[in-house]
Amino acid sequence: MKVLVPVKRVVDANVKVRVNADNTDVDTANLKMAINPFCEIAVEEAVRLKEAGVVSEIVVVTVGPKAAQEQLRTAMALGADRGIHIQTEEALVPLSIAKLLNAVQKKEQAQLIILGKQTIDGDNNQTGQMLSALANMPQATFASEIKVDGDSLAVTREVDGGLQNVTISLPAVVTVDLRLNEPRYAKLPNIMKAKRKPLETLSIDDLGVSLKLHQTVLKVTPPAERKAGIMVASVAELADKLKNEAKVI
Amino acid sequence: MAILVLAEHDNASLKLDTAKVVACGQAIGGDVDVLIAGHECAAVVDAAKQLAGVRHVLVAQSVQYANGFADNVAQLIVDLAGDYEHILAAATSQGKDTLPRVSALLDVAQLSEVVEVVSADTFVRPIYAGNALATIQSHDAKKVLTVRTSAFDAVANDGAADVVAIDKVFDSVTQFVSQSLSKSERPELGAASVVVSGGRGLGSSENFVILEKLADKLGGALGASRAAVDAGFVSNDLQVGQTGKIVAPDLYIAVGISGAIQHLAGMKDSKVIVAINKDPEAPIFQIADYGLEADLFEAVPELTDLL
Ligand SMILES: Cc1cc2nc3c(=O)[nH]c(=O)nc-3n(C[C@H](O)[C@H](O)[C@H](O)COP(=O)(O)OP(=O)(O)OC[C@H]3O[C@@H](n4cnc5c(N)ncnc54)[C@H](O)[C@@H]3O)c2cc1C
Repeated sequence: MKVLVPVKRVVDANVKVRVNADNTDVDTANLKMAINPFCEIAVEEAVRLKEAGVVSEIVVVTVGPKAAQEQLRTAMALGADRGIHIQTEEALVPLSIAKLLNAVQKKEQAQLIILGKQTIDGDNNQTGQMLSALANMPQATFASEIKVDGDSLAVTREVDGGLQNVTISLPAVVTVDLRLNEPRYAKLPNIMKAKRKPLETLSIDDLGVSLKLHQTVLKVTPPAERKAGIMVASVAELADKLKNEAKVI
Repeated sequence: MAILVLAEHDNASLKLDTAKVVACGQAIGGDVDVLIAGHECAAVVDAAKQLAGVRHVLVAQSVQYANGFADNVAQLIVDLAGDYEHILAAATSQGKDTLPRVSALLDVAQLSEVVEVVSADTFVRPIYAGNALATIQSHDAKKVLTVRTSAFDAVANDGAADVVAIDKVFDSVTQFVSQSLSKSERPELGAASVVVSGGRGLGSSENFVILEKLADKLGGALGASRAAVDAGFVSNDLQVGQTGKIVAPDLYIAVGISGAIQHLAGMKDSKVIVAINKDPEAPIFQIADYGLEADLFEAVPELTDLL
Protein backbone atom coordinates (compact mmCIF):
# COMPACT_ATOMS: atom_id res chain seq x y z
CA MET A 1 0.00 0.00 0.00
CA LYS A 2 0.96 3.59 -0.50
CA VAL A 3 1.62 5.99 2.37
CA LEU A 4 1.49 9.76 2.14
CA VAL A 5 3.55 11.70 4.70
CA PRO A 6 3.09 15.48 4.83
CA VAL A 7 6.10 17.27 6.38
CA LYS A 8 6.97 20.86 7.29
CA ARG A 9 10.09 22.98 7.39
CA VAL A 10 10.39 24.72 10.79
CA VAL A 11 12.96 26.46 12.96
CA ASP A 12 15.11 23.80 14.64
CA ALA A 13 13.73 22.66 18.02
CA ASN A 14 16.92 23.68 19.84
CA VAL A 15 16.75 27.30 18.71
CA LYS A 16 14.98 29.86 20.85
CA VAL A 17 13.16 32.27 18.56
CA ARG A 18 12.62 35.92 19.27
CA VAL A 19 10.03 38.43 18.22
CA ASN A 20 11.22 40.90 15.55
CA ALA A 21 11.75 44.60 16.21
CA ASP A 22 8.47 45.81 14.72
CA ASN A 23 6.38 43.15 16.47
CA THR A 24 4.99 41.70 13.26
CA ASP A 25 6.42 38.20 13.43
CA VAL A 26 9.20 36.16 14.93
CA ASP A 27 12.64 36.75 13.48
CA THR A 28 13.62 33.62 11.58
CA ALA A 29 16.41 35.14 9.45
CA ASN A 30 19.58 33.02 9.56
CA LEU A 31 18.10 30.54 12.03
CA LYS A 32 18.82 26.86 11.66
CA MET A 33 15.88 25.16 9.97
CA ALA A 34 14.89 21.51 10.16
CA ILE A 35 12.14 19.05 9.46
CA ASN A 36 9.52 19.39 12.21
CA PRO A 37 10.36 16.70 14.84
CA PHE A 38 6.87 15.19 14.72
CA CYS A 39 7.02 14.98 10.91
CA GLU A 40 10.32 13.15 11.22
CA ILE A 41 8.65 10.59 13.48
CA ALA A 42 5.91 10.22 10.84
CA VAL A 43 8.48 9.58 8.12
CA GLU A 44 10.30 7.07 10.32
CA GLU A 45 7.07 5.16 10.96
CA ALA A 46 6.35 4.98 7.22
CA VAL A 47 9.87 3.68 6.60
CA ARG A 48 9.46 1.03 9.29
CA LEU A 49 6.17 -0.08 7.73
CA LYS A 50 7.95 -0.37 4.40
CA GLU A 51 10.78 -2.37 5.95
CA ALA A 52 8.14 -4.66 7.48
CA GLY A 53 6.71 -5.26 4.01
CA VAL A 54 3.38 -3.58 4.78
CA VAL A 55 4.01 -0.49 2.67
CA SER A 56 5.21 -0.43 -0.92
CA GLU A 57 5.64 3.28 -1.58
CA ILE A 58 6.22 6.35 0.59
CA VAL A 59 5.37 9.76 -0.85
CA VAL A 60 6.37 12.85 1.14
CA VAL A 61 4.69 16.15 0.50
CA THR A 62 5.32 19.65 1.79
CA VAL A 63 3.65 23.01 1.38
CA GLY A 64 6.17 25.79 1.70
CA PRO A 65 8.87 28.00 0.25
CA LYS A 66 11.51 26.85 -2.24
CA ALA A 67 13.91 26.01 0.57
CA ALA A 68 11.45 23.45 1.95
CA GLN A 69 12.82 21.09 -0.69
CA GLU A 70 15.66 20.49 1.76
CA GLN A 71 13.23 18.86 4.15
CA LEU A 72 11.79 16.69 1.36
CA ARG A 73 15.34 15.55 0.61
CA THR A 74 15.86 14.82 4.30
CA ALA A 75 12.72 12.68 4.31
CA MET A 76 13.89 10.89 1.19
CA ALA A 77 17.28 10.27 2.78
CA LEU A 78 15.44 8.61 5.65
CA GLY A 79 13.67 6.33 3.17
CA ALA A 80 10.78 8.07 1.42
CA ASP A 81 10.57 7.20 -2.28
CA ARG A 82 9.51 10.46 -3.86
CA GLY A 83 8.56 14.00 -2.98
CA ILE A 84 5.89 16.51 -3.91
CA HIS A 85 6.56 20.17 -3.26
CA ILE A 86 3.63 22.57 -3.30
CA GLN A 87 5.52 25.79 -3.55
CA THR A 88 4.25 28.96 -1.93
CA GLU A 89 5.98 31.80 -0.13
CA GLU A 90 2.85 32.58 1.85
CA ALA A 91 2.34 31.43 5.41
CA LEU A 92 -0.89 29.46 5.17
CA VAL A 93 -3.27 28.50 7.97
CA PRO A 94 -3.65 24.75 8.68
CA LEU A 95 -7.05 24.68 6.93
CA SER A 96 -5.48 25.87 3.67
CA ILE A 97 -2.67 23.35 4.03
CA ALA A 98 -5.21 20.60 4.68
CA LYS A 99 -7.09 21.60 1.49
CA LEU A 100 -3.90 21.37 -0.55
CA LEU A 101 -3.00 18.01 1.00
CA ASN A 102 -6.51 16.78 0.27
CA ALA A 103 -6.01 17.71 -3.39
CA VAL A 104 -2.75 15.72 -3.42
CA GLN A 105 -4.49 12.77 -1.75
CA LYS A 106 -7.19 12.82 -4.44
CA LYS A 107 -4.47 12.18 -7.02
CA GLU A 108 -2.33 9.83 -4.95
CA GLN A 109 -5.09 7.75 -3.36
CA ALA A 110 -2.83 6.71 -0.49
CA GLN A 111 -4.18 4.07 1.89
CA LEU A 112 -2.61 5.72 4.87
CA ILE A 113 -1.64 9.31 5.63
CA ILE A 114 0.74 9.73 8.55
CA LEU A 115 1.59 13.18 9.85
CA GLY A 116 2.89 14.89 12.96
CA LYS A 117 0.37 15.91 15.61
CA GLN A 118 1.65 19.48 15.59
CA THR A 119 4.42 21.64 14.25
CA ILE A 120 6.66 23.34 16.76
CA ASP A 121 6.29 26.77 15.13
CA GLY A 122 2.54 27.36 15.05
CA ASP A 123 1.75 24.70 17.69
CA ASN A 124 -1.66 24.38 16.05
CA ASN A 125 -2.37 20.67 16.18
CA GLN A 126 -5.00 20.93 13.43
CA THR A 127 -3.81 19.81 10.00
CA GLY A 128 -4.25 16.04 10.32
CA GLN A 129 -7.73 16.29 11.78
CA MET A 130 -8.78 18.81 9.12
CA LEU A 131 -7.40 16.65 6.33
CA SER A 132 -9.22 13.65 7.74
CA ALA A 133 -12.49 15.60 7.78
CA LEU A 134 -12.02 16.98 4.24
CA ALA A 135 -10.97 13.62 2.80
CA ASN A 136 -13.72 11.85 4.75
CA MET A 137 -11.28 9.27 6.10
CA PRO A 138 -11.25 7.99 9.71
CA GLN A 139 -8.69 9.58 12.01
CA ALA A 140 -6.59 8.48 14.96
CA THR A 141 -4.63 11.27 16.60
CA PHE A 142 -1.65 11.34 18.99
CA ALA A 143 -0.50 7.82 18.11
CA SER A 144 2.17 6.13 20.21
CA GLU A 145 1.77 2.77 18.47
CA ILE A 146 0.22 1.70 15.16
CA LYS A 147 -0.37 -1.74 13.67
CA VAL A 148 -1.73 -2.43 10.23
CA ASP A 149 -3.92 -5.52 10.10
CA GLY A 150 -5.37 -6.08 6.63
CA ASP A 151 -7.86 -3.29 6.01
CA SER A 152 -7.79 -2.07 9.54
CA LEU A 153 -5.44 -0.11 11.70
CA ALA A 154 -4.95 -0.55 15.45
CA VAL A 155 -3.74 2.62 17.13
CA THR A 156 -2.67 3.38 20.69
CA ARG A 157 -3.41 7.03 21.42
CA GLU A 158 -1.88 9.25 24.08
CA VAL A 159 -4.86 10.95 25.69
CA ASP A 160 -5.06 13.22 28.73
CA GLY A 161 -5.95 10.39 31.09
CA GLY A 162 -3.45 7.82 29.80
CA LEU A 163 -3.58 5.54 26.78
CA GLN A 164 -6.51 4.56 24.58
CA ASN A 165 -6.61 1.74 22.03
CA VAL A 166 -8.85 2.09 18.98
CA THR A 167 -9.21 0.54 15.56
CA ILE A 168 -10.17 2.35 12.39
CA SER A 169 -10.53 1.13 8.83
CA LEU A 170 -8.19 2.07 6.01
CA PRO A 171 -7.77 4.39 4.22
CA ALA A 172 -7.14 6.55 7.26
CA VAL A 173 -5.27 9.53 8.69
CA VAL A 174 -2.97 9.12 11.69
CA THR A 175 -1.22 11.90 13.60
CA VAL A 176 1.82 10.86 15.59
CA ASP A 177 3.06 11.64 19.07
CA LEU A 178 6.61 11.69 20.40
CA ARG A 179 6.79 8.17 21.70
CA LEU A 180 5.82 6.38 18.48
CA ASN A 181 9.43 5.78 17.53
CA GLU A 182 12.90 7.25 17.59
CA PRO A 183 13.87 8.44 14.12
CA ARG A 184 17.10 7.14 12.64
CA TYR A 185 19.91 9.33 11.36
CA ALA A 186 20.25 9.45 7.59
CA LYS A 187 23.39 7.68 6.34
CA LEU A 188 25.64 9.48 3.90
CA PRO A 189 25.00 7.09 0.97
CA ASN A 190 21.27 7.54 1.52
CA ILE A 191 21.66 11.31 1.56
CA MET A 192 23.42 11.04 -1.82
CA LYS A 193 20.76 8.67 -3.17
CA ALA A 194 18.00 11.01 -2.01
CA LYS A 195 19.29 13.71 -4.35
CA ARG A 196 18.30 11.58 -7.32
CA LYS A 197 14.86 10.58 -6.10
CA PRO A 198 11.94 12.14 -7.99
CA LEU A 199 10.68 15.48 -6.71
CA GLU A 200 7.69 17.13 -8.35
CA THR A 201 7.03 20.83 -7.84
CA LEU A 202 3.48 22.14 -8.08
CA SER A 203 1.83 25.50 -7.55
CA ILE A 204 -1.40 26.04 -5.66
CA ASP A 205 -3.06 26.74 -9.03
CA ASP A 206 -1.79 23.45 -10.44
CA LEU A 207 -3.83 21.70 -7.78
CA GLY A 208 -6.92 23.73 -8.67
CA VAL A 209 -7.51 24.71 -5.05
CA SER A 210 -8.80 28.18 -4.24
CA LEU A 211 -7.86 29.43 -0.80
CA LYS A 212 -9.42 32.12 1.35
CA LEU A 213 -7.98 34.70 3.68
CA HIS A 214 -9.23 33.55 7.09
CA GLN A 215 -7.34 35.75 9.48
CA THR A 216 -4.83 38.54 9.96
CA VAL A 217 -1.99 38.52 12.45
CA LEU A 218 -2.28 41.97 14.05
CA LYS A 219 0.89 41.70 16.09
CA VAL A 220 3.40 39.31 17.58
CA THR A 221 4.78 40.18 21.01
CA PRO A 222 7.18 38.60 23.47
CA PRO A 223 5.63 36.95 26.53
CA ALA A 224 5.86 38.75 29.87
CA GLU A 225 9.31 38.30 31.41
CA ARG A 226 9.40 36.63 34.77
CA LYS A 227 11.15 38.77 37.35
CA ALA A 228 14.50 37.41 38.37
CA GLY A 229 14.41 34.97 41.26
CA ILE A 230 16.98 34.13 43.90
CA MET A 231 19.15 31.18 44.81
CA VAL A 232 18.60 29.90 48.33
CA ALA A 233 21.45 28.39 50.32
CA SER A 234 19.66 25.58 52.07
CA VAL A 235 16.51 23.50 52.21
CA ALA A 236 15.59 25.29 55.44
CA GLU A 237 15.78 28.66 53.72
CA LEU A 238 13.66 27.35 50.86
CA ALA A 239 10.99 26.09 53.23
CA ASP A 240 11.02 29.42 55.06
CA LYS A 241 10.68 31.45 51.84
CA LEU A 242 7.80 29.32 50.62
CA LYS A 243 5.94 29.70 53.91
CA ASN A 244 6.70 33.28 54.84
CA GLU A 245 7.62 35.16 51.66
CA ALA A 246 5.77 33.52 48.79
CA LYS A 247 3.05 32.25 51.17
CA VAL A 248 2.19 29.41 48.86
CA ILE A 249 2.18 26.76 51.58
CA MET B 1 -24.65 36.23 19.26
CA ALA B 2 -24.37 32.86 20.97
CA ILE B 3 -21.45 30.69 21.99
CA LEU B 4 -21.33 26.89 22.10
CA VAL B 5 -18.94 25.20 24.53
CA LEU B 6 -18.16 21.50 24.16
CA ALA B 7 -18.14 19.98 27.65
CA GLU B 8 -15.11 17.99 28.78
CA HIS B 9 -16.17 14.92 30.77
CA ASP B 10 -15.80 11.17 31.13
CA ASN B 11 -19.54 10.42 31.52
CA ALA B 12 -19.03 10.26 35.30
CA SER B 13 -17.95 13.81 36.07
CA LEU B 14 -17.64 17.19 34.41
CA LYS B 15 -14.03 18.40 34.23
CA LEU B 16 -13.06 21.75 35.66
CA ASP B 17 -11.82 22.65 32.16
CA THR B 18 -15.41 23.26 31.09
CA ALA B 19 -15.94 25.96 33.74
CA LYS B 20 -12.81 27.68 32.43
CA VAL B 21 -13.92 27.51 28.81
CA VAL B 22 -17.27 28.97 29.86
CA ALA B 23 -15.29 31.83 31.41
CA CYS B 24 -13.58 32.38 28.06
CA GLY B 25 -17.01 32.37 26.41
CA GLN B 26 -18.20 35.04 28.82
CA ALA B 27 -15.14 37.14 28.03
CA ILE B 28 -16.20 37.02 24.37
CA GLY B 29 -19.71 38.06 25.43
CA GLY B 30 -23.06 36.57 24.51
CA ASP B 31 -25.26 33.65 25.53
CA VAL B 32 -23.19 30.60 26.42
CA ASP B 33 -24.61 27.11 25.87
CA VAL B 34 -22.80 23.95 26.91
CA LEU B 35 -23.02 20.80 24.78
CA ILE B 36 -22.65 17.44 26.49
CA ALA B 37 -22.17 14.55 24.09
CA GLY B 38 -22.01 11.39 26.15
CA HIS B 39 -23.70 8.27 27.43
CA GLU B 40 -25.35 7.70 30.81
CA CYS B 41 -23.90 10.96 32.04
CA ALA B 42 -26.59 12.34 34.34
CA ALA B 43 -24.04 13.56 36.90
CA VAL B 44 -22.28 15.53 34.18
CA VAL B 45 -25.55 17.20 33.18
CA ASP B 46 -26.28 18.11 36.79
CA ALA B 47 -22.86 19.69 37.19
CA ALA B 48 -23.10 21.62 33.92
CA LYS B 49 -26.49 23.09 34.89
CA GLN B 50 -24.81 24.78 37.84
CA LEU B 51 -22.13 26.58 35.82
CA ALA B 52 -22.69 30.27 36.39
CA GLY B 53 -24.07 32.21 33.45
CA VAL B 54 -24.83 29.27 31.19
CA ARG B 55 -28.08 29.59 29.23
CA HIS B 56 -28.83 26.05 27.99
CA VAL B 57 -27.17 22.72 28.55
CA LEU B 58 -27.63 20.72 25.37
CA VAL B 59 -27.49 17.00 26.06
CA ALA B 60 -26.92 14.42 23.34
CA GLN B 61 -26.89 10.98 24.94
CA SER B 62 -26.15 7.84 22.97
CA VAL B 63 -23.81 4.90 23.20
CA GLN B 64 -22.33 6.37 20.01
CA TYR B 65 -21.06 9.32 22.07
CA ALA B 66 -19.79 7.18 24.97
CA ASN B 67 -16.13 7.63 24.09
CA GLY B 68 -16.32 11.19 22.82
CA PHE B 69 -14.73 10.31 19.50
CA ALA B 70 -13.92 13.20 17.22
CA ASP B 71 -15.64 12.05 14.06
CA ASN B 72 -19.26 11.93 15.17
CA VAL B 73 -19.01 14.56 17.90
CA ALA B 74 -17.72 16.94 15.22
CA GLN B 75 -20.71 16.08 13.02
CA LEU B 76 -23.03 16.78 15.93
CA ILE B 77 -21.43 20.17 16.56
CA VAL B 78 -21.61 21.09 12.87
CA ASP B 79 -25.27 20.13 12.90
CA LEU B 80 -25.87 22.57 15.78
CA ALA B 81 -23.51 25.26 14.51
CA GLY B 82 -26.16 27.30 12.68
CA ASP B 83 -27.20 28.96 15.93
CA TYR B 84 -23.72 29.92 17.06
CA GLU B 85 -21.06 32.41 16.13
CA HIS B 86 -18.37 30.93 18.40
CA ILE B 87 -17.61 27.28 19.05
CA LEU B 88 -15.24 26.57 21.94
CA ALA B 89 -13.61 23.58 23.56
CA ALA B 90 -10.78 23.12 26.02
CA ALA B 91 -7.37 22.45 24.45
CA THR B 92 -7.43 18.93 25.88
CA SER B 93 -6.83 15.75 23.93
CA GLN B 94 -10.55 15.60 23.13
CA GLY B 95 -10.85 19.26 22.17
CA LYS B 96 -7.76 19.08 19.99
CA ASP B 97 -9.03 15.91 18.37
CA THR B 98 -12.49 17.26 17.60
CA LEU B 99 -12.52 20.99 16.86
CA PRO B 100 -10.23 20.99 13.80
CA ARG B 101 -12.76 18.67 12.16
CA VAL B 102 -15.55 21.10 13.03
CA SER B 103 -13.52 23.94 11.52
CA ALA B 104 -12.77 22.05 8.33
CA LEU B 105 -16.41 21.03 7.86
CA LEU B 106 -17.51 24.64 8.41
CA ASP B 107 -14.70 25.91 6.15
CA VAL B 108 -13.32 28.25 8.80
CA ALA B 109 -9.86 28.48 10.35
CA GLN B 110 -9.34 27.40 13.95
CA LEU B 111 -7.50 29.31 16.65
CA SER B 112 -5.71 26.89 18.97
CA GLU B 113 -4.84 27.37 22.65
CA VAL B 114 -6.37 30.83 23.02
CA VAL B 115 -5.07 32.55 26.18
CA GLU B 116 -6.79 35.92 25.91
CA VAL B 117 -9.89 37.41 24.36
CA VAL B 118 -9.28 40.88 22.89
CA SER B 119 -12.70 41.20 21.24
CA ALA B 120 -15.30 38.92 19.68
CA ASP B 121 -13.10 38.41 16.61
CA THR B 122 -9.58 38.96 17.98
CA PHE B 123 -7.69 36.56 20.20
CA VAL B 124 -4.20 36.00 21.59
CA ARG B 125 -2.47 32.64 21.31
CA PRO B 126 1.07 31.46 22.00
CA ILE B 127 3.31 30.28 19.16
CA TYR B 128 6.82 28.81 19.14
CA ALA B 129 6.49 27.03 22.50
CA GLY B 130 5.21 30.23 24.07
CA ASN B 131 8.22 32.29 23.06
CA ALA B 132 5.87 34.66 21.26
CA LEU B 133 2.24 35.66 21.54
CA ALA B 134 0.27 36.25 18.34
CA THR B 135 -2.76 38.54 18.32
CA ILE B 136 -4.97 37.28 15.55
CA GLN B 137 -8.11 38.73 14.02
CA SER B 138 -10.46 36.20 12.50
CA HIS B 139 -12.41 37.09 9.34
CA ASP B 140 -14.51 33.95 9.39
CA ALA B 141 -18.24 34.19 10.08
CA LYS B 142 -17.88 31.52 12.74
CA LYS B 143 -14.97 31.36 15.13
CA VAL B 144 -13.75 27.99 16.29
CA LEU B 145 -11.35 28.10 19.24
CA THR B 146 -9.62 25.71 21.57
CA VAL B 147 -8.98 27.39 24.90
CA ARG B 148 -5.87 27.04 27.05
CA THR B 149 -7.65 26.49 30.34
CA SER B 150 -4.69 27.47 32.52
CA ALA B 151 -5.24 31.05 31.29
CA PHE B 152 -8.84 31.39 32.53
CA ASP B 153 -10.43 31.23 35.99
CA ALA B 154 -13.35 28.85 36.30
CA VAL B 155 -16.83 30.35 36.60
CA ALA B 156 -18.73 29.70 39.83
CA ASN B 157 -21.20 26.89 40.42
CA ASP B 158 -24.29 28.90 41.30
CA GLY B 159 -26.09 28.78 37.98
CA ALA B 160 -29.37 27.15 37.03
CA ALA B 161 -29.33 26.49 33.30
CA ASP B 162 -32.12 24.55 31.64
CA VAL B 163 -31.54 21.28 29.82
CA VAL B 164 -32.35 20.78 26.16
CA ALA B 165 -32.28 17.22 24.83
CA ILE B 166 -30.67 16.73 21.44
CA ASP B 167 -31.94 13.61 19.71
CA LYS B 168 -29.71 13.54 16.65
CA VAL B 169 -27.28 10.64 16.76
CA PHE B 170 -24.34 10.36 14.42
CA ASP B 171 -22.52 7.03 14.35
CA SER B 172 -18.80 6.91 15.00
CA VAL B 173 -16.44 5.15 12.60
CA THR B 174 -13.89 4.67 15.39
CA GLN B 175 -13.93 1.37 17.28
CA PHE B 176 -13.05 1.52 20.93
CA VAL B 177 -10.87 -1.40 22.04
CA SER B 178 -9.57 -0.61 25.52
CA GLN B 179 -7.94 2.06 27.59
CA SER B 180 -5.49 2.22 30.44
CA LEU B 181 -6.15 5.37 32.36
CA SER B 182 -3.90 6.38 35.21
CA LYS B 183 -5.65 6.19 38.54
CA SER B 184 -4.48 8.46 41.26
CA GLU B 185 -5.78 9.91 44.48
CA ARG B 186 -3.89 13.09 43.71
CA PRO B 187 -5.53 16.07 42.01
CA GLU B 188 -5.39 16.27 38.23
CA LEU B 189 -2.44 18.15 36.81
CA GLY B 190 -4.54 20.87 35.23
CA ALA B 191 -6.61 21.47 38.36
CA ALA B 192 -3.93 21.30 41.07
CA SER B 193 -2.69 24.37 42.91
CA VAL B 194 0.65 22.67 43.58
CA VAL B 195 2.56 20.58 41.04
CA VAL B 196 5.70 18.63 41.85
CA SER B 197 7.50 17.56 38.67
CA GLY B 198 10.43 15.24 38.17
CA GLY B 199 12.88 14.88 35.32
CA ARG B 200 15.61 12.60 34.10
CA GLY B 201 17.53 13.43 37.27
CA LEU B 202 15.19 11.14 39.23
CA GLY B 203 16.91 8.21 37.54
CA SER B 204 14.18 5.59 37.93
CA SER B 205 10.50 5.07 38.50
CA GLU B 206 11.17 3.84 42.05
CA ASN B 207 12.86 7.13 42.87
CA PHE B 208 9.69 9.03 41.96
CA VAL B 209 8.37 7.88 45.34
CA ILE B 210 10.31 10.70 47.01
CA LEU B 211 8.45 13.21 44.81
CA GLU B 212 5.14 11.52 45.54
CA LYS B 213 5.74 12.03 49.25
CA LEU B 214 6.40 15.73 48.71
CA ALA B 215 3.37 16.07 46.43
CA ASP B 216 1.13 14.32 48.96
CA LYS B 217 2.36 16.50 51.79
CA LEU B 218 1.38 19.56 49.74
CA GLY B 219 -1.83 18.08 48.37
CA GLY B 220 -0.35 18.53 44.94
CA ALA B 221 -0.27 16.75 41.61
CA LEU B 222 2.67 14.91 40.11
CA GLY B 223 4.19 16.01 36.81
CA ALA B 224 7.20 15.07 34.72
CA SER B 225 9.48 16.13 31.90
CA ARG B 226 9.42 14.38 28.57
CA ALA B 227 12.74 12.71 29.37
CA ALA B 228 11.24 11.14 32.50
CA VAL B 229 8.24 9.87 30.53
CA ASP B 230 10.35 8.61 27.62
CA ALA B 231 12.57 6.75 30.07
CA GLY B 232 9.48 5.02 31.44
CA PHE B 233 9.72 6.48 34.96
CA VAL B 234 6.09 7.66 34.83
CA SER B 235 3.12 7.48 32.44
CA ASN B 236 2.59 9.79 29.47
CA ASP B 237 -0.31 11.69 31.02
CA LEU B 238 2.10 13.35 33.48
CA GLN B 239 4.18 15.10 30.79
CA VAL B 240 4.26 18.86 31.19
CA GLY B 241 5.37 20.98 28.25
CA GLN B 242 4.89 22.22 24.71
CA THR B 243 3.56 18.86 23.65
CA GLY B 244 2.21 17.68 26.97
CA LYS B 245 0.03 19.44 29.49
CA ILE B 246 0.13 23.16 30.16
CA VAL B 247 -0.15 24.05 33.83
CA ALA B 248 -0.11 27.27 35.83
CA PRO B 249 -0.41 26.30 39.50
CA ASP B 250 0.33 28.56 42.48
CA LEU B 251 3.46 26.54 43.12
CA TYR B 252 5.50 24.47 40.65
CA ILE B 253 8.46 22.52 41.99
CA ALA B 254 10.81 21.27 39.27
CA VAL B 255 13.14 18.55 40.51
CA GLY B 256 15.97 17.16 38.41
CA ILE B 257 14.65 19.00 35.35
CA SER B 258 17.10 21.01 33.25
CA GLY B 259 14.57 23.50 31.87
CA ALA B 260 14.47 22.93 28.09
CA ILE B 261 12.34 25.42 26.09
CA GLN B 262 9.77 22.70 25.51
CA HIS B 263 9.38 22.03 29.21
CA LEU B 264 9.21 25.73 30.13
CA ALA B 265 6.39 26.12 27.60
CA GLY B 266 4.21 24.01 29.87
CA MET B 267 4.87 25.64 33.25
CA LYS B 268 6.38 29.09 32.98
CA ASP B 269 3.10 30.81 33.81
CA SER B 270 3.05 29.18 37.25
CA LYS B 271 2.84 31.77 40.03
CA VAL B 272 5.84 30.57 42.04
CA ILE B 273 8.48 28.32 40.53
CA VAL B 274 10.98 26.34 42.62
CA ALA B 275 13.87 24.49 40.99
CA ILE B 276 16.03 21.88 42.67
CA ASN B 277 18.98 20.85 40.54
CA LYS B 278 22.59 19.92 41.17
CA ASP B 279 23.83 21.81 38.12
CA PRO B 280 24.15 25.57 38.85
CA GLU B 281 24.07 26.26 35.10
CA ALA B 282 20.75 24.51 34.52
CA PRO B 283 18.47 26.90 32.54
CA ILE B 284 15.56 26.15 34.89
CA PHE B 285 17.23 28.47 37.42
CA GLN B 286 16.73 31.41 35.03
CA ILE B 287 12.98 31.29 35.44
CA ALA B 288 12.80 29.96 39.02
CA ASP B 289 11.71 32.29 41.82
CA TYR B 290 13.62 30.11 44.26
CA GLY B 291 16.52 27.99 43.08
CA LEU B 292 18.31 25.42 45.21
CA GLU B 293 21.53 23.90 43.96
CA ALA B 294 21.51 20.52 45.65
CA ASP B 295 21.34 16.79 45.19
CA LEU B 296 17.65 16.06 44.93
CA PHE B 297 17.96 12.78 46.80
CA GLU B 298 18.97 14.70 49.90
CA ALA B 299 17.04 17.93 49.40
CA VAL B 300 13.60 16.56 48.58
CA PRO B 301 13.17 14.31 51.64
CA GLU B 302 14.50 17.13 53.83
CA LEU B 303 12.03 19.58 52.31
CA THR B 304 9.18 17.11 52.77
CA ASP B 305 10.04 16.86 56.46
CA LEU B 306 10.21 20.63 56.92
CA LEU B 307 6.86 21.47 55.33
C1 LIG C 1 9.39 18.32 19.50
C2 LIG C 1 9.80 18.27 20.92
C3 LIG C 1 8.82 18.34 21.89
C4 LIG C 1 9.15 18.28 23.24
N1 LIG C 1 8.16 18.38 24.17
C5 LIG C 1 8.50 18.35 25.47
C6 LIG C 1 7.50 18.50 26.49
O1 LIG C 1 6.31 18.65 26.22
N2 LIG C 1 7.90 18.47 27.78
C7 LIG C 1 9.21 18.30 28.15
O2 LIG C 1 9.51 18.28 29.36
N3 LIG C 1 10.16 18.16 27.21
C8 LIG C 1 9.83 18.16 25.89
N4 LIG C 1 10.80 17.98 24.95
C9 LIG C 1 12.14 17.54 25.41
C10 LIG C 1 13.02 18.66 25.90
O3 LIG C 1 13.69 19.23 24.80
C11 LIG C 1 14.09 18.09 26.88
O4 LIG C 1 14.81 17.07 26.26
C12 LIG C 1 13.48 17.52 28.16
O5 LIG C 1 12.58 18.43 28.73
C13 LIG C 1 14.60 17.21 29.15
O6 LIG C 1 14.08 16.60 30.30
P1 LIG C 1 14.85 16.70 31.67
O7 LIG C 1 15.02 18.12 32.05
O8 LIG C 1 14.16 15.80 32.64
O9 LIG C 1 16.24 15.98 31.34
P2 LIG C 1 17.72 16.61 31.23
O10 LIG C 1 17.74 17.73 30.28
O11 LIG C 1 18.58 15.45 31.02
O12 LIG C 1 17.93 17.21 32.68
C14 LIG C 1 18.11 16.44 33.81
C15 LIG C 1 18.50 17.40 34.92
O13 LIG C 1 18.58 16.70 36.15
C16 LIG C 1 19.65 17.23 36.91
N5 LIG C 1 20.05 16.20 37.87
C17 LIG C 1 20.54 14.95 37.60
N6 LIG C 1 20.77 14.29 38.75
C18 LIG C 1 20.42 15.10 39.77
C19 LIG C 1 20.45 14.99 41.18
N7 LIG C 1 20.86 13.86 41.79
N8 LIG C 1 20.05 16.03 41.91
C20 LIG C 1 19.63 17.20 41.32
N9 LIG C 1 19.58 17.36 39.98
C21 LIG C 1 19.98 16.32 39.22
C22 LIG C 1 20.70 17.55 35.89
O14 LIG C 1 21.60 18.52 36.39
C23 LIG C 1 19.87 18.05 34.71
O15 LIG C 1 19.72 19.47 34.77
C24 LIG C 1 10.50 18.08 23.61
C25 LIG C 1 11.48 18.02 22.63
C26 LIG C 1 11.14 18.11 21.30
C27 LIG C 1 12.22 18.06 20.28
